[in-house]
Amino acid sequence: MITLNVNGRSRDVDDAPNTPLLYVLRDTLELNGAKFGCGLGQCGACTVVVDGKPVFSCLTPIAILQGRKITTLEGLGTEDAPSPLQRAFIEEQAAQCGYCIPGMIMRAHALLTGNAAPTDAEIREHMNANLCRCGTHMRILQAIKRAARGMQAADARAPAQEVRP
Amino acid sequence: MAFSLLLVVVLGAGALFFVAHVAMPEDRGQHVFAPDLVRRGGELAALGYCASCHTAEKGQPFAGGRPLATPFGTIFGTNITPDPESGIGLYSPAAFARAMREGIDRVGRDLYPVFPYNHFTRLEDKDIDALYAFLMTRAAVAAQNRANQLAFPYNIRPLLAGWKLLYLDKFRVTERPDLGRYLVEGLSHCGACHTPRDRLGAEIASQHFDGGEAEDWWAPPLNANSPSPVPWTEESLFNYLRSWDAEHGGAIGPMAQVVAGLASVPEQDVRAIAAYIGSTMAKQGESDGPVEDNQTQAMQAHPQGAELYAGICATCHETGGHVPFTVASLGQHTSLYAPDPRNMIHVVLEGAHPPEGTVGAVMPAFADALSDEQIAEIIAYLRARFSGGAQWENVEDEIARIRRRTSP
Repeated sequence: MITLNVNGRSRDVDDAPNTPLLYVLRDTLELNGAKFGCGLGQCGACTVVVDGKPVFSCLTPIAILQGRKITTLEGLGTEDAPSPLQRAFIEEQAAQCGYCIPGMIMRAHALLTGNAAPTDAEIREHMNANLCRCGTHMRILQAIKRAARGMQAADARAPAQEVRP
Repeated sequence: MAFSLLLVVVLGAGALFFVAHVAMPEDRGQHVFAPDLVRRGGELAALGYCASCHTAEKGQPFAGGRPLATPFGTIFGTNITPDPESGIGLYSPAAFARAMREGIDRVGRDLYPVFPYNHFTRLEDKDIDALYAFLMTRAAVAAQNRANQLAFPYNIRPLLAGWKLLYLDKFRVTERPDLGRYLVEGLSHCGACHTPRDRLGAEIASQHFDGGEAEDWWAPPLNANSPSPVPWTEESLFNYLRSWDAEHGGAIGPMAQVVAGLASVPEQDVRAIAAYIGSTMAKQGESDGPVEDNQTQAMQAHPQGAELYAGICATCHETGGHVPFTVASLGQHTSLYAPDPRNMIHVVLEGAHPPEGTVGAVMPAFADALSDEQIAEIIAYLRARFSGGAQWENVEDEIARIRRRTSP
């Protein structure tokens, strides 16, 4: 039995310790945001955030995740109440087929959590690990910039208040 | 400190033998270069990896600014674009040749030997002319050189005259060797990283190609002392230097830039380098068999490392080489048999990312996913499995040190 902290909740799972987090998220916990792309850590579709850093969940066995904070797409917002970052992706229509988008959003989330006002170069550098085969990279970059602007504006309006879904 | 004082005395005495170097006149004339000369100069610049020190990470080509960590402090690669103020735009052909062969800049200052003029001193006139033609036809970039960060007494440039008196002459040769030797010992300056250096930063001639270091990576021996379990042949060296070799894998770390440069030069130049290095690496009694793999014993000795390896690494590295740019067995990589774990640690922390515009192994960085202890477990497992049980010491401390250094 391994206890995982997923989106702020404690979850006990019986999967083998070397099972990739991605399989546990999708098959055991039924959190289907993270996607299986290449299974080799080369495409980024499976990206989730662990202790504030983006990791490839397809290459992360649950054995190394005891006591660490895992955040998945489901931890950001819901269909009815998307997070500012998710809203920015919708407003920029950044998805074409959409398969890479959960990974893109999670990698961008890790960036904006540590750096609320990234430069274009910083965004490109940070997002380099995630691939989009439809080619909507330009809209994805726009969405991240829109989210950063929105978050800064929100911070300026209400510095003391933070809304958590 | 006693060593430093001795150093000042010795090098200072040496420096006294030299008259201050004269400044070469400014060259503001218009030069016209034959296209073929510029083209060959570009190939030679790739064979000499000029860009690997003279171009900053994501910086303008040849505009300098790259920090080079040396045991004496940090030296910054200089701007060698033809900008007249901040670059080498005022260098005449004679001033350029003097800088290349004697390590003296246009105004007469001695240059630090991190610029490998001890190798370039062997270059023929026609090749220096071609390099000059190539560099002077690059886009001029106005970028001031950054001040070096060197401790006393290494920050006293005139002492370098003493250094040259001690070391530079030994490298001068007059006979024309074959192309491979000419490139390896001259322009391509392989010994600058692959030969150990003494306390004054000079390559130790008696330990030629015994292995050295580059930017905190281990640079393996290029002679019979290579610990590689798979023989390096002329053919495998050519494959490795050109792109990737199925027997040994591909270049990463500082060597990746070298291979990226060699991908674009004429094949005969790389063949010549491979032939010469093949001759320096030749040794007797090597087997062509599979590498020794003590998987069962290693799993018993390091169960946690084995578990982590199975969950993380095996996806790509246990496919028998079917994932593109993986070798059949990790045991074929020379770095597993290195005297220290630095290369292994760099790879796990930073991953492998082919330089812009090149094709090669892609491996994710694991710095954010794995703790120092977990990486040390994986390394211990792999060492037990492939290197006959010999373990590196202080692996966790080294991981912590390299982590601090690469992600400040």
